[in-house]
Amino acid sequence: MLSKRIIPCLDVREGKTTKGIKFKGNVDIGDPVEMARMYYEAGADEIVFYDITASSDKRDIMIDVVRKVAETIFIPFSVGGGIRTVEDMRRVLLAGAEKVSVNSAAVLRPDIIAQGAEAFGSQCIVLGMDVKKVEPSDAIPSGYEIVIHGGRKPMGLDALAWAKQAEALGAGEICLNSIDADGTKEGYELNLTALISQAVSIPVIASGGAGKPEHVRDVLTIGHADAALIASMVHYGTYTIGEIKQYLTENGVAVRRTW
Amino acid sequence: MIAIIDYDAGNLTSVQRAVSFLGKACVVTRDPGTLLEADRIIFPGVGAAGSAMESLVRYGIDRILRDAYGMGKPILGICLGSQIILDASEENDTACLGIIPGTVKAFPSDMSGPDGRKLKVPHMGWNRLLCLGGHPILEGLDPMDEFYFVHGYYPQPQQEEDHVFCRTDYGIDFPSVIGCRNLVATQFHPEKSGRPGLRILSNFFHWKP
Repeated sequence: MLSKRIIPCLDVREGKTTKGIKFKGNVDIGDPVEMARMYYEAGADEIVFYDITASSDKRDIMIDVVRKVAETIFIPFSVGGGIRTVEDMRRVLLAGAEKVSVNSAAVLRPDIIAQGAEAFGSQCIVLGMDVKKVEPSDAIPSGYEIVIHGGRKPMGLDALAWAKQAEALGAGEICLNSIDADGTKEGYELNLTALISQAVSIPVIASGGAGKPEHVRDVLTIGHADAALIASMVHYGTYTIGEIKQYLTENGVAVRRTW
Repeated sequence: MIAIIDYDAGNLTSVQRAVSFLGKACVVTRDPGTLLEADRIIFPGVGAAGSAMESLVRYGIDRILRDAYGMGKPILGICLGSQIILDASEENDTACLGIIPGTVKAFPSDMSGPDGRKLKVPHMGWNRLLCLGGHPILEGLDPMDEFYFVHGYYPQPQQEEDHVFCRTDYGIDFPSVIGCRNLVATQFHPEKSGRPGLRILSNFFHWKP
């Protein structure tokens, strides 16, 4: 039976990892290549890199990081952040990433999903969604709105409708981040995750809010997610990936055995 | 020298990096001479069967592969490379290489998991091998080891007992390691499957069919 995936997420700015709390006050905590190797050895099923480098002339640093990571770890990894064109996707994939994720650029120009899927195959294209809870309205019937630019800009776009549209355009996977839960360590947004995961037939990676193994269990069971993104709970050494997986196994969630 | 076949079917850098990591010299090529001189051939591939077969024929690699197989050269197929070695694929109704008798089938659309929920296709993620018979490339693996899969179709050789070495459970038990004589192929990606995947590659390098 297919295992649920546990995926550490590394935010990278100008070649160094950081972890943001609600996207503000990021602090440097290390070298992304070394952290990727550590998580690979510890049993991560996949790794996500999110490039938060602000200035575009420093983006090439990320391509170097991707190349070094690809020489070091032998599990899939994806890269997102600042991907605006099919050419951006090509550079990241050629440097050795398995998948590339688009977020704001896809909201502004949905065609990039179809173009990426056509050029590299759907399995390479991950749609990153930043979602905020709002009062349900005619424009946002699900009560979940798409926001971009690190959560600062609401788009008047319904998250559920957008997920379905992205799937139809050829996205191979959705990485679903709750802006409300992100950085709180109080658990994933279970309602949002279940809503999206049950509405699409592509895998959904839940993101935002993981603080303890119980949260991961809940999003993989009640939230019906296919994979769980984790960050602070492992970056600061609170838990190891092995401990999280052991907890999940003991609680009836099938994960890849790595201890 | 290990030759990795380049036929525009997906990203070959991950296979190349894994082979280099294991200390083996390798070349990514579509040159017939280089392929026929190589000690071993890796036949990777992601994407659709139809366009992959078109490229293979355009570059003349279809003939080279059959020749290399006939010469007894060890060949490892990966993912799409485990499918188009059969006679035909349901994907784009494609005629394939016909090295192993059988067809490539789509996963049924109505499969459900142990909890009764509909299973998603493609089958993407980590899964185990249910090993039927032994094969030298599987040496040293633990039954609990898992491997990374991404696919919506699977290979179904006609002669189960001769050509299927492992199955994997995803709604159905589909063949995940198949082979015949000096050709062996995995539906999963050993180059992306951590330590057990690297072990399979390393076993392949030492395999004497």
